Amino acid sequence: MSDAITHHGGDRRWTDYFTFCTDHKVIGIQYLVTAFFFYFIGGALAEVVRTELATPDPDFVSPEVYNQMFTMHGTIMIFLWIVPAGAAFANYLIPLMIGAADMAFPRLNAVAFWMQPVGGILLIVSFFVGAPQAGWTAYPPLSLISGKWGQELWILCLLILGTASILGAINFVTTIFKMRAPDMDIHSMPLFCWAMLATSALILLSTPVLAGALVLLSFDLMAGTAFFNPTGGGDPIVYQHLFWFYSHPAVYIMVLPFFGVISEILPVHARKPIFGYRAIAYSGLAISFLGLIVWAHHMFTSGTPGWLRMFFMATTMLVAVPTGIKIFGWCATIWGGKIQLNSAMLFAIGFLSSFLIGGLSGVMLAAAPFDIHVHDTYFVVGHFHYVLFGGAVFALFGAVYHWFPKMTGKMYQETWGQIHFAMTFIGFNLTFLPMHYLGLQGMNRRIALYDPQFQPLNELATIGSYILALSTFPFLISVIWGLLKGPAAGRNPWRALTLEWQTTSPPSIENFDEPPVLWAGPYEYGIDAELRDEDSIEEMLAEVAEMS
Amino acid sequence: MNIPNSITTLIAGIAITLISLWYGQNHGLLPVAASADAKDVDDLFNLMMTIATGLFILIEGVLVICLIRFRRKKEDLTDGPAIEGNVPLEIVWTAIPTVIVFILAIYSFEIYNKMGGLDPMVSGGSMPMAHHHHHNPNAMENMVAMGTDSRVAIGIGKSTSANDTEPLIVEVNGLQYAWIFTYPDTGIVSGDLHVPVDQRIQLNMKATDVIHAFWLPEFRIKQDVMPGQFSQLSFVANREGTYPVICAELCGSYHGGMKTTMTVESPEAYAQWVQSRTVAMEAEDIPDVASNPQDLKDGEFLAPYATELGITAETLQQIHHAPMSMVPVLP
Repeated sequence: MSDAITHHGGDRRWTDYFTFCTDHKVIGIQYLVTAFFFYFIGGALAEVVRTELATPDPDFVSPEVYNQMFTMHGTIMIFLWIVPAGAAFANYLIPLMIGAADMAFPRLNAVAFWMQPVGGILLIVSFFVGAPQAGWTAYPPLSLISGKWGQELWILCLLILGTASILGAINFVTTIFKMRAPDMDIHSMPLFCWAMLATSALILLSTPVLAGALVLLSFDLMAGTAFFNPTGGGDPIVYQHLFWFYSHPAVYIMVLPFFGVISEILPVHARKPIFGYRAIAYSGLAISFLGLIVWAHHMFTSGTPGWLRMFFMATTMLVAVPTGIKIFGWCATIWGGKIQLNSAMLFAIGFLSSFLIGGLSGVMLAAAPFDIHVHDTYFVVGHFHYVLFGGAVFALFGAVYHWFPKMTGKMYQETWGQIHFAMTFIGFNLTFLPMHYLGLQGMNRRIALYDPQFQPLNELATIGSYILALSTFPFLISVIWGLLKGPAAGRNPWRALTLEWQTTSPPSIENFDEPPVLWAGPYEYGIDAELRDEDSIEEMLAEVAEMS
Repeated sequence: MNIPNSITTLIAGIAITLISLWYGQNHGLLPVAASADAKDVDDLFNLMMTIATGLFILIEGVLVICLIRFRRKKEDLTDGPAIEGNVPLEIVWTAIPTVIVFILAIYSFEIYNKMGGLDPMVSGGSMPMAHHHHHNPNAMENMVAMGTDSRVAIGIGKSTSANDTEPLIVEVNGLQYAWIFTYPDTGIVSGDLHVPVDQRIQLNMKATDVIHAFWLPEFRIKQDVMPGQFSQLSFVANREGTYPVICAELCGSYHGGMKTTMTVESPEAYAQWVQSRTVAMEAEDIPDVASNPQDLKDGEFLAPYATELGITAETLQQIHHAPMSMVPVLP
């Protein structure tokens, strides 16, 4: 076996990663590395924002530049970091998890990836013509009067990335339905695949609506039409409906893949089956469905009548039920287990503890009478960072550590990974927890100058954000050390049961040299060993021993 | 599964309940409530805070216990117990949140209705505004001309019922980066808002340029102010003091500077203010011109925009700028 590892590990040259390559594993890594590149840019912009907010006066950058900073920060983090990072893991893992040789449409897959750098470059170019400054929401009429070319580049970037996202979703759905190993039925496939089904459904149903809104906004901007411009009889509220019809589901598009990731990481490192497989699988679909009928909760203070606010309040609150099912199921999964607290597991449990807060404040925000008070305040900023950073990004780092051995064939450096977790957890909470209080007390968002009474907590948040920025270094040390000097990981360092761990690390170009054997369900930990294929267990244990 | 014995569970349950009930009432997270509606919203928040605290302690407690008790021993390569689910338990944790969100939804609905959010007069639809207003640089006259006639708008409001006194109507105009308040009954135009305590106030709002949002944190109400569409807020202040008025919708670079104050005062003090303003306007002597250097700061950044927006210097002069610090001043 160890011969096979070294043999297959050398099949890809580093230059392959810069080509139009149709191998889903190459594409997955291309997505991931590109996403991290933009994460560092988006993070730098966030630090500019937090540095500005260290004092109440607009003294670090000019207010125009400040608005550009948070607009670009939001756009990059959503469309060029979290969404593509989800696609990265989906591309890399889905074929391996279901025992397929590649995605259903490999060329389409490569096209979708190469649209990422194109979209990203368009957005970066906007810095040179005056970056957009109307927020990532780009509400007209403000977006129509605050810099024409920057806004247009923003629209083009989103149209390209949205198209890429649709192409990816078509690929994921087709692959999951059509390419599973012959004896893997839909209820024995890994939960990450279920999560990607739910995500892809949302992408396919909602992204075209955003594209429609952006094309009309583009006409208003460039051709002087008045779809959304009230001076010509247009209605800016229609834009808000169209925008949020995509952009609320976008939150679930960003977080559902990482729910899937958590369902994979927890059972492996707690050595217990996932608690309530079907409940977790179906609750993802329920979130996906409800996600389509909650968009106007972003518009409780906008031009919406009362009855409409009440409808969207009720549907939004219902999202708590399937989300609760997941959280309780995850907790029950690790309860009574044998937890190995490595970096992957630390980030997964960190996800549970942080995402919980985002979920609870989410239910509060659903209540229209309360939302009217905190809408467009720092309470909301705190809330969505607990969902998207405490949720998606924590799970994303957990996923990087968990599958690093599979992707590279090497082990990452564990101690630096744990330092990375500690700094991220502390920095994250220092940055975003005070924001809830600031918002409740009266600090509105998207402001370069604020009331001096809010300074102490803003200073705390800024310090927290610097710790968060510094936490990137232990991460880089851990993975770069792993790449250069990490010990060989073997096929299955975690003794995990999903199919990707049956092949070599990194997998050969065709993924599996021999057809993978479904000798156990994806989460059948603790089941009497006699039921399993003896050779496979021997093989796994031997490899673990080899590793240490 | 290793479920703790029932006594421990019971004690933990009681402790979590007591802590949640206490914290739900004593979190101190909200600013003062200056209206009865604000108090209702706070009651809703307190209930949600109580439930959230309970769930927070429960889940974080479970995680901490897992981290302490359920760790793998070194060299132990065996798995944990093969528990794949527990249907009754799953039904319980599906049913309880369902019941909780139904209670919250009904309670929120009640409060929203009580605040006047479902009032047909204000929330039945929207009336597009006549567009010729936009070409008129002096919008003030039109604002006054709109008068007190009832109309359908968007927002939180309450149509005057038979036993209610007539509301004081104030026309609100939001523009980059200031609020202008016009009192149709007296013709007063002001940059800060003065209202009498214990009387229903009705704000008829529109924007000149982009979308703004009118937010009164101490009253827990907020409503977008839109170009081309009217919106409305209605409230009764029951506590005298000076409170911040904040623009909560991104409206451009100096969005953070778009704020003023609302002074809630006794009917006598309000009448006095009306009189002083009326006299001042008749004499064309503006007493509200900023004298504090802190105030000048606001004026400074507004000045360059005056010409751009077609506001006359006179209008700008009438805007009284609130000091930068917006801590509510209570008697």
